[in-house]
Amino acid sequence: MIAQAIFIIILGVAVYLFAKNAGKIRRNILLGKDVDRNDQPALRWKIMAKVALGQTKMVKRPVAAVMHFFIYVGFVIINLEVLEIMIDGIFGSHRIFSRPLGGLYGLLISAFEVLAVLVFTACVVFLCRRNIVRLKRFSGTEMTKWPKSDANYILCIEILLMTAFLTMNAADYKLQLLHFEHYVKAGSFPVSSLIAPLLPDSAGALVILERGCWWFHIIGILAFLNYLPYSKHFHILLAFPNVYYSNLNEKGKFTNMASVTNEVKAMLDPAFVPANTGEPARFGAKDVTDLTWKNLMEAYTCTECGRCTSVCPANITGKLLSPRKIMMDTRDRLTEVGNNLDKHGKDHDDGKSLLDNYISREELWACTTCNACTDACPVNINPLEIITEMRRYVVMEESQAPASLNNMFSNVENNGAPWKYSQADRLNWAENN
Amino acid sequence: MTSFKIPTMAEMAAQGQQPEILFWVGCAGSFDERAQKITRDICKILHHVGISYAVLGTEESCTGDPAKRAGNEFLFQMQAMTNIEVLNAYNIKKIVTGCPHCFNTIRNEYPGLGGSYEVIHHTQLIQQLIDEGKLKAEGGESFKGKKITFHDPCYLGRANNVYEAPRAALEILDTELVEMKRCKSNGLCCGAGGGQMFKEPEAGKKEINMERMQDVIEAKADIIASGCPFCMTMLSDGVKHQDKEGEIQVLDIAEITVRANGL
Repeated sequence: MIAQAIFIIILGVAVYLFAKNAGKIRRNILLGKDVDRNDQPALRWKIMAKVALGQTKMVKRPVAAVMHFFIYVGFVIINLEVLEIMIDGIFGSHRIFSRPLGGLYGLLISAFEVLAVLVFTACVVFLCRRNIVRLKRFSGTEMTKWPKSDANYILCIEILLMTAFLTMNAADYKLQLLHFEHYVKAGSFPVSSLIAPLLPDSAGALVILERGCWWFHIIGILAFLNYLPYSKHFHILLAFPNVYYSNLNEKGKFTNMASVTNEVKAMLDPAFVPANTGEPARFGAKDVTDLTWKNLMEAYTCTECGRCTSVCPANITGKLLSPRKIMMDTRDRLTEVGNNLDKHGKDHDDGKSLLDNYISREELWACTTCNACTDACPVNINPLEIITEMRRYVVMEESQAPASLNNMFSNVENNGAPWKYSQADRLNWAENN
Repeated sequence: MTSFKIPTMAEMAAQGQQPEILFWVGCAGSFDERAQKITRDICKILHHVGISYAVLGTEESCTGDPAKRAGNEFLFQMQAMTNIEVLNAYNIKKIVTGCPHCFNTIRNEYPGLGGSYEVIHHTQLIQQLIDEGKLKAEGGESFKGKKITFHDPCYLGRANNVYEAPRAALEILDTELVEMKRCKSNGLCCGAGGGQMFKEPEAGKKEINMERMQDVIEAKADIIASGCPFCMTMLSDGVKHQDKEGEIQVLDIAEITVRANGL
């Protein structure tokens, strides 16, 4: 009874805290400007099934794809086991699914065990890639102490959880062989039966071990759940809505700003009366709240894998720009804006902004808009849109484009070409060559 | 120099004629010496197969692409609306462009501003003509024994998923088509996009086109084919910097087609 009560309290607190922090992230995302991404639901579901569920964009890097798939499937399927643990915890039962599921239960437990080993292996491989092989993709200016530790924590926690799960099963298996108390024969343990000989033989010690691992496993999972909102690992939840709300247009299609259309139309035709679009006065993005909620959702979805940066022509050739940094900066600034909101209320201005305090102009101007980053992202994040919005702010609100670009602008404006040629000479190629 | 006259929309309209397709030349195609040659070659192909076409000539103006990518949405929309007015006045339905940037902008960004046309890139036109049997690779220069690689322009490839059309134009040649290690959706930008063509690059450890030259050299290509006047400039500069002008040629798909057919 006491154990049940403690379990229910821990579960309640964990779920409450998670809901609170996830709610804050949701609120922060909704600080962004509105954009309609609800069209074509059938296509959206299809893309989500393919890209998020099916992880089709991971296959470009096969080793990472296979390892990640182990962890992903392991995570999803082992959650069935967590469901049983929850019910057992609340009702004080033991392996409650074993009886109704019969033979299937044995099969499931076997599958969980095999998956647990695969997850364990994948996590070890990932730790090696990050810390021993030191793949270039996992370093860079934005990969400071915290992002690197975050990745290692996640992998270590998963290794610990899998170890606890297998040890728990091993102890249970041994107790079942001893026909000890309520440890009735349930499940089949292809992996943990191999560990069992390493465990003590006394029933008392085994019960302590089994219960200890059970509690460690479930408290670990609940703690991990609460770690998510502070971590890049939040991608396991946001990847799905983020892909659902993907940009469905051709990658080359940049948004046409409706606020600008109004002004241009009014300029070309003085009789034009603009429809009220409700657009804010600012052109482009200076801070995170000038971006759309989708840009902000993407920032929280990014798991810092660095595929974008590793294919960015600017980054490859040593420029400051890193698309991953754009996403991480957006997220970090948004978190800061959210914290300000919690501490100081709505109208507080901390005097900082995404532009300059986080993302420098040098980074923005290094982009070739080649879309390599958006193509590389396994969850359809679009750093290019943020870069473009910030360029728009710099150019249209501040008139601070690099001088050479200003020259290009004035050529386009005056001669109808980015170079200083007369429009009257535009057909010369056909005549005097 | 072309042996035939290039028809303009103004002349055709004056004669009450409507061409089947408008050839949107683009700024590079109009003014850049190297690109002008490609423009004339596209016209040679159009003339050769007997498609009725016209160019806007002095009525054409920048699509606004470089302004838009650089963040100047005002200038872009000014250009777009002015161009759309001209295009709609001539009742244009179908456009072929000589530049992936013009192609992308007119195809994807003009419809939202009142300009909806069927837009194709010249490599797509060449592919269609090959498929229809109107274009072959005979009667001209042989590319036999040459290794050709195609450099995917970002605004043709990733931006619009056109990967096969330019390759189709190379596959009919009696030659070996080799792929660079970074190709198609993995293709590496030449370094000119996003307004970079018109400014100095930011500080770094090398130029993007030099990075791309490594891929070319690794692929052991004798000819780099492209379909973009900006890639053309960047790749030609790259070849020049590597002192490989004697060994590696940079050619547009249209030029290769014209040479192969002796047009």
